[in-house]
Amino acid sequence: MTSSAAARFAPHPLAPGPGDPAARLLAGWYATGRPATLADHLRHYGPPPLASATGGRTPLPLAEAMTAAGLTGRGGAGFPTARKLGAVAARRGRCVVVVNAMESEPASRKDQFLIAVAPHLVLDGAVLAAMAVGADTVHVCLPRDRAAQYRRLSTAVDERRRARLDQVRLRLHALPHSYVSSESTSLVRWLNGGPARPQGGPPRTHERGVGRRPTLVHNAETLAHLALIARYGPAWYRQVGTPDEPGTLLVTVSGAVRAPAVLEVALGTPLATVLDRAGGATQPLRAVLLGGFAGTWLPAEQLRTPLTRHDLAPLGAAPGAGVLVALPEASCGLTETARVLTYLAAHSARQCGPCRLGLPAVAEDFTALAAGRADADLLSRLRRRVGLLPDRGACRHPDGAARLAASALHAFADDVDHHLTHGACPAAHRPPRLPVPPATAPETWR
Amino acid sequence: MSRARTLRIDRIACTGQGLCAELLPELIDLDEWGYPVLKDRTVPDRLRAHARRAVAACPVLALHTDDDRT
Ligand code: SF4
Ligand code: SF4
Repeated sequence: MTSSAAARFAPHPLAPGPGDPAARLLAGWYATGRPATLADHLRHYGPPPLASATGGRTPLPLAEAMTAAGLTGRGGAGFPTARKLGAVAARRGRCVVVVNAMESEPASRKDQFLIAVAPHLVLDGAVLAAMAVGADTVHVCLPRDRAAQYRRLSTAVDERRRARLDQVRLRLHALPHSYVSSESTSLVRWLNGGPARPQGGPPRTHERGVGRRPTLVHNAETLAHLALIARYGPAWYRQVGTPDEPGTLLVTVSGAVRAPAVLEVALGTPLATVLDRAGGATQPLRAVLLGGFAGTWLPAEQLRTPLTRHDLAPLGAAPGAGVLVALPEASCGLTETARVLTYLAAHSARQCGPCRLGLPAVAEDFTALAAGRADADLLSRLRRRVGLLPDRGACRHPDGAARLAASALHAFADDVDHHLTHGACPAAHRPPRLPVPPATAPETWR
Repeated sequence: MSRARTLRIDRIACTGQGLCAELLPELIDLDEWGYPVLKDRTVPDRLRAHARRAVAACPVLALHTDDDRT
């Protein structure tokens, strides 16, 4: 992570202390306030419980522990971790584990932060998963433009090698960075010598992935949770969170809050409480963007909603990549959305027609709406085009963009009316709020 | 008993222009850019021959029917 990102998202006095039951992944960091070396890590958590992960490939004690803990993927899709482990272990032949540390979501810092302060938790999780499924190699995938993060992890890998901690090979890779290169099939395709673009299926990654071997791809945060569950057990994990969605997750809070931060919060924490933990809103809020750029706008009235998949589903939302951006009253949600859609359109892998042509069309319509340049057919055309995106790409990129667009039309319905009848609102001319990178197409995929 | 068959499009391979929609209009529409929209994935028995023909006619082999029994 760059030093500015580290400074901006450093934990602050409002973050939990070491005694807080919700401080788990970050507990070591809260205790010392500095990145954990291997010695720090082992002192704090003890050695990784390798013996319990091995035990032959069937039965799979680690997968059983994950089932009992109810751990789900923290990369965005929220798939049960145990099922992924089981699916890979059930295939014949040597397996491969891939750590997805790409974190291409521009509003997210959680994986970068976690790797900066507790790299060994992530690596422990990857090694434990590898032992459990019978893999001899762990590939860690990072974006090429985060040199500091690469250095941090290679130092950690060297420390482990010198200490002869692991029985599997750990290999770091620096991949070209675009929004869709964090898709799990992009990683596999790149590791196989191809471009870092989504691949679609079949065969699925768990059947035939890296080197045609069964491949387990997990997000960095998921593996860190796994490492702690392997040590302390499912019952410990379930001490916080809700019965259906136990444990904690890392949330990157930004926007109109006093202290933007990466926070570890218990699942089920109301969104308003999460904002309070980031110092509270600096001004009255209009909405929050939840999940990420492929996420959902929620009007401020819904801030009492607990952060769980179950409670958010009726609102069409999900925790996603754990992104929460507070949008103040005095800003234009349509303009912000148009900027994000333009970025998402530029960052598609340009492989599938609906994404290559549909996404720019939706972004253009939205930009016209935000700028108050709408023609009579715009809204119906936009709705039709948004409806044509989901389920029609080789990956979920168009689905995410459609979710964002649809939720904006819903959350900012009054503004839509205003923009259609009177042109752009005054707020549309204020400086933008969301940190949207330039909408330029990725230079390289390899 | 006959097994259900479902349509699948390889979205990366598909180049649009829609020969498939001409041969199987009951199940396949085209969007405004010429790319197929599946109205229904399940191939009813009476359309099996048509579906087979559409699959065979796709110039880039992007259209598939999968056996759904598994
Ligand atoms: S859906 Fe879009 S991003 Fe995904 S593979 Fe197709 S073109 Fe690429
Ligand atoms: S015929 Fe093949 S390439 Fe053409 S639109 Fe249909 S599926 Fe795509």
